[in-house]
Amino acid sequence: MREAQSTYNYKVVRQFAVMTVIWGIVGMLVGVIIAAQLVWPELNFGPWLHFGRLRPLHTNAVIFAFGGCALFATSYYVVQRTCHTRLFSDGLAAFTFWGWQLIIVLAAVTLPLGMTTGKEYAELEWPIDILITVVWVAYAVVFFGTIAKRKVTHIYVANWFYGGFILAVALLHVVNSAEIPVTLTKSYSAYAGVQDAMVQWWYGHNAVGFFLTAGFLGMMYYFVPKQAGRPVYSYRLSVVHFWALIFTYMWAGPHHLHYTALPDWTQSVGMVFSLILLAPSWGGMINGVMTLSGAWHKLRDDPILKFLITSLSFYGMSTFEGPMMSIKTVNALSHYTDWTVGHVHSGALGWVAMVSIGSVYYLLPRLFGKSEMASVKLITVHFWVATIGVVLYIASMWIAGVMQGLMWRAVNVDGTLTYSFVESVKASYPFWAIRFLGGLLFLVGMLVMAYNMFKTIAGGRSVDDARVMQPAAHHA
Amino acid sequence: METLYLLIPLSVVLVFAIGAAFWWSLRGGQFDDLEGPAYRILMDDDSPPGVAGRSEVPVDSSPSPPAEPSGGDGRRSE
Repeated sequence: MREAQSTYNYKVVRQFAVMTVIWGIVGMLVGVIIAAQLVWPELNFGPWLHFGRLRPLHTNAVIFAFGGCALFATSYYVVQRTCHTRLFSDGLAAFTFWGWQLIIVLAAVTLPLGMTTGKEYAELEWPIDILITVVWVAYAVVFFGTIAKRKVTHIYVANWFYGGFILAVALLHVVNSAEIPVTLTKSYSAYAGVQDAMVQWWYGHNAVGFFLTAGFLGMMYYFVPKQAGRPVYSYRLSVVHFWALIFTYMWAGPHHLHYTALPDWTQSVGMVFSLILLAPSWGGMINGVMTLSGAWHKLRDDPILKFLITSLSFYGMSTFEGPMMSIKTVNALSHYTDWTVGHVHSGALGWVAMVSIGSVYYLLPRLFGKSEMASVKLITVHFWVATIGVVLYIASMWIAGVMQGLMWRAVNVDGTLTYSFVESVKASYPFWAIRFLGGLLFLVGMLVMAYNMFKTIAGGRSVDDARVMQPAAHHA
Repeated sequence: METLYLLIPLSVVLVFAIGAAFWWSLRGGQFDDLEGPAYRILMDDDSPPGVAGRSEVPVDSSPSPPAEPSGGDGRRSE
């Protein structure tokens, strides 16, 4: 065996792990700013820092920069450790890191300048779309190349989730970003009208399903058992979870277009598929939580496990709420209100961010040659600050959302609307202030994490000599 | 709704692709042992070199991992 082959590539994992925290702070800071702009509209400075331009910057930064870096870091770590081999190509892995950072910087420049395709979660203009495709192909080559040269026959279930996520996102991105360039910074979608809306939400919801769910489930299936020191509750169920999820996910998108020009039957198909999704989602959630069955005491003094298990509770909550909101009669009340915003953040902060934070806390000491984070106490502080933040956020949005829905549909006996739109805006102010506070708390938690991370790095060393472990024989 | 002529065939192709992947993994023996892999990731001690690793193998009441039905210890022959 050559020397280069006998260690794991921790460098790229380290780079992505550190940037996860950095981009988390940036993305959530922009989120807090736009939340403040809703409460204090005078904070909209000029065209570049206006809500309309910062909002896509916020979503891109948290989903693709924070979440993306977390997925890159953990997938590269998990695929190496579970396949007992170094990454397929160090050069390509480094290319994915620098390429992905360049994409994020380009997004941070172009979106405030107003360069946008106007497609939600796919706002970046065509040159950046091409760059994303190139980086993503490199990612797929590195990931599947590593799987191909694995030293064990079995492919651990987390890798299936990561692999499914990588392939699905490639397909979604290419189909939805089909556009006709007019200039270097402007293009028009290849689809028009309701067709465009259907493709957009086929992309949009599957981005939630594969980018924000399948990838993070891969994370869950590795880091929950590792942190708990126990095997996943049912490996069999995890395999069923994977196949059930990917076979049924693709057609939930139309629930974003209830009561629109989309044909009724398509809306109903979307609703039915969304309801079906409850089964695999809850199967996976129970599988993750029950991993601690018989060892619940570990939850008492391990803040990393607290993050991971709480994230699963939020996953369960939001995957119950989602199918419920996709029911057309419920959607008639919830759609276009802050309830949707609350639902998204229950998933994004509660599930995606918390499972990423827990996993990064697991990784950092291992990447920097320490036995644990510089301060375990600060992880506990982070956990409670973040949890209180999420609860304030989603509870205020539930109340605001249901209130808005009820006010908008209220009619007088003579058939006129009881409330004008601006009255519902006025009634929402207190809840937007609470949401701002919740978001601010979550951001403070990330700052605590960054402090803890830099303390850990300062007292540690970059681990580049983690030797590839021989696969364990079955009777260890 | 012409876009359905794109999206529906795409889904059908995808389902067949997923089906093929499932068939490959079934025939390739990926599901022959549905207990051992869960334990095997715990046996991989990933504490950094020079730092004493905690015992990753569960010592509590969990059943010991069952033997693989066939084909040795799960290592890949090259």
